[in-house]
Amino acid sequence: MAHGTGHSRRAGIAVFVALLLLTAVTVLVSYVDLGLWNTVVALLIASVKASLVALFFMHLKGESRLVWGFALFPIVFLALILLGTLSDTMLR
Amino acid sequence: MEGVGRMEAEGNGRGYLSERGWKSWAFTLDHKRIGAMYLWTTTVFFLIGGVFALLLRLELLSPQARYFSNHTYNVFFTLHGAMMIFLFIIPAIPSGLGNFFIPLHIGARDVAFPRLNLASYWVFAAGFLVIIGSLVAPMDTGWTFYTPYSAKSAAAVTTLSLGIFLIGMSSILTGLNFIVTIHKLRAPGMTWHRLPLFIWGMYSTSIIQVIATPVVGVTFLLLAAERIFGVGFFDPTKGGDPVLFQHFFWFYSHPVVYVMILPAMGIVSEVIPVFSRKPIFGYKAIAYSSVAIALGGFLVWGHHMFTSGMSPLANAIFSLMTFFVAVPTAVKVFNWTATLYRGSITFEAPMLYALTFIFLFIVGGLTGPFLGALATNVQLHDTYFVVAHFHYTMMGGTVMGFLAGLHYWFPKMTGRMLNEKVARVAWALIFVGFNVTFFTMFILGVRGMPRRYAEYLPKFHTENVISTIGSAVLAAGILVMCWNFLQGLRKGAPAPANPWRALSLEWRAASPPETENFPEIPLVTEWPYGYGTPKG
Repeated sequence: MAHGTGHSRRAGIAVFVALLLLTAVTVLVSYVDLGLWNTVVALLIASVKASLVALFFMHLKGESRLVWGFALFPIVFLALILLGTLSDTMLR
Repeated sequence: MEGVGRMEAEGNGRGYLSERGWKSWAFTLDHKRIGAMYLWTTTVFFLIGGVFALLLRLELLSPQARYFSNHTYNVFFTLHGAMMIFLFIIPAIPSGLGNFFIPLHIGARDVAFPRLNLASYWVFAAGFLVIIGSLVAPMDTGWTFYTPYSAKSAAAVTTLSLGIFLIGMSSILTGLNFIVTIHKLRAPGMTWHRLPLFIWGMYSTSIIQVIATPVVGVTFLLLAAERIFGVGFFDPTKGGDPVLFQHFFWFYSHPVVYVMILPAMGIVSEVIPVFSRKPIFGYKAIAYSSVAIALGGFLVWGHHMFTSGMSPLANAIFSLMTFFVAVPTAVKVFNWTATLYRGSITFEAPMLYALTFIFLFIVGGLTGPFLGALATNVQLHDTYFVVAHFHYTMMGGTVMGFLAGLHYWFPKMTGRMLNEKVARVAWALIFVGFNVTFFTMFILGVRGMPRRYAEYLPKFHTENVISTIGSAVLAAGILVMCWNFLQGLRKGAPAPANPWRALSLEWRAASPPETENFPEIPLVTEWPYGYGTPKG
């Protein structure tokens, strides 16, 4: 891990600024009435922010395939709980 | 613990029990000591949970509530369930026997993160202390915490939830530790296909612990938010959905039954070949079926909710998936049976419990499809049939596997042998008592007796009396077994390093093992099941 190098510090600051901007976008979008899409957009922005944190702050970028596997594997289960629950609540 | 210390003095001078004093236990980083602490703690809760079960059976001797009020009865079955599930059956094998034997099995000196391991024990301790604290206003919701009642009950639901949240955190830390340990600390030559099947079971278990447990933690946080701040997640009067609670709860709690059973299946896979003197049949099938059960277990949670008003499509999907998950389970049973075929079988106590596991688990397993099928589920839901099915799989399965493991590894853990004759008497009492107690409940369930009531119709009286007599026999068996363990600790004959002539690595360590397990990390050249053949 390249802790403390000039390159990683610049990348860290860039990600931090990006996170702040995305937070501002989240707040601004919440004032626009997009109906059901409000939630979709908010979740999309949150996902991008989480990905940035995982990739750069948690150093997933540059990790081995095993670590990538363990990082991505639980997303399947998140999808599963959403699908299983929606198959009930949307069709009840 | 004094008995343990005395026995050690006669064993290896550098044995893991050689240090004395409470600090040597409270601050230990040795996986074996942490495992032993889990075993002691969970066994105490097993006995307390058992006392609650006996009180329930006592009350059910009579069709009318005679000894306790209805509320007290509700509290007793809640505490029986919550203690047995969260404080005994989930942590006992993974955190107790798993902690002790995973590093020994894979030829490592310890787990990957020893400090995290100790932290997991103390988080667990904090959890059970909070749960004990909740007894000031004891829970009466059942161990499933169903809303909307749990959102409104005057009992200490939030406190108990916090306790289980902590227990869950401990479980995650243990699972994480084991996954990294199994990936990174295997001895040279210990390939994935040379791993003992107990390790495959523990690996699959750990995946479930890490992935499913956070969901129940979040669920309890949502429940706490509803109780404390009035946020309407589950209460329909606040815009919530009580069935949503059930989705979240069972998304964790169904996979977690595989946290309970997979390690026990791993133990059975270790014991059967040793006492059959035959190589395990279908190694890869058993290994991969553990992973398949772990993953498939995430697809079936809705089968707990067929009468909760789910959509017809969800009902059909979850029913179908439930039948699929039975397949890898059956694969294991067929392979164990094939291992026994033409083996040189001996019936020492570990083998008796392992065979009992197979027998009782088949009964428990095959009554599962009746509950997984939509039509019969409507008839059987919330009857004693469910209680019988659950106890045949969890007590007949997991607890018998746990007892097989305790008897099998007792010489390794303590350096002492158990009295075999007493062990067989205890087994006989447990086997008879268990079946008399719980088989009767299948009949009660089919005849329509609902569970969780202190009173029942007089037509169910005879079966309930039989069941209560069975529970007394079962309790006598457990007491004899505990007495045998204590006698074994105090004055059992010194155990050789490998009393069962087993081939897995833990038997190469001393009995009891040294602090860092092996003088030198072993080099593994073959699988651990080469019984009866010159080479595996």
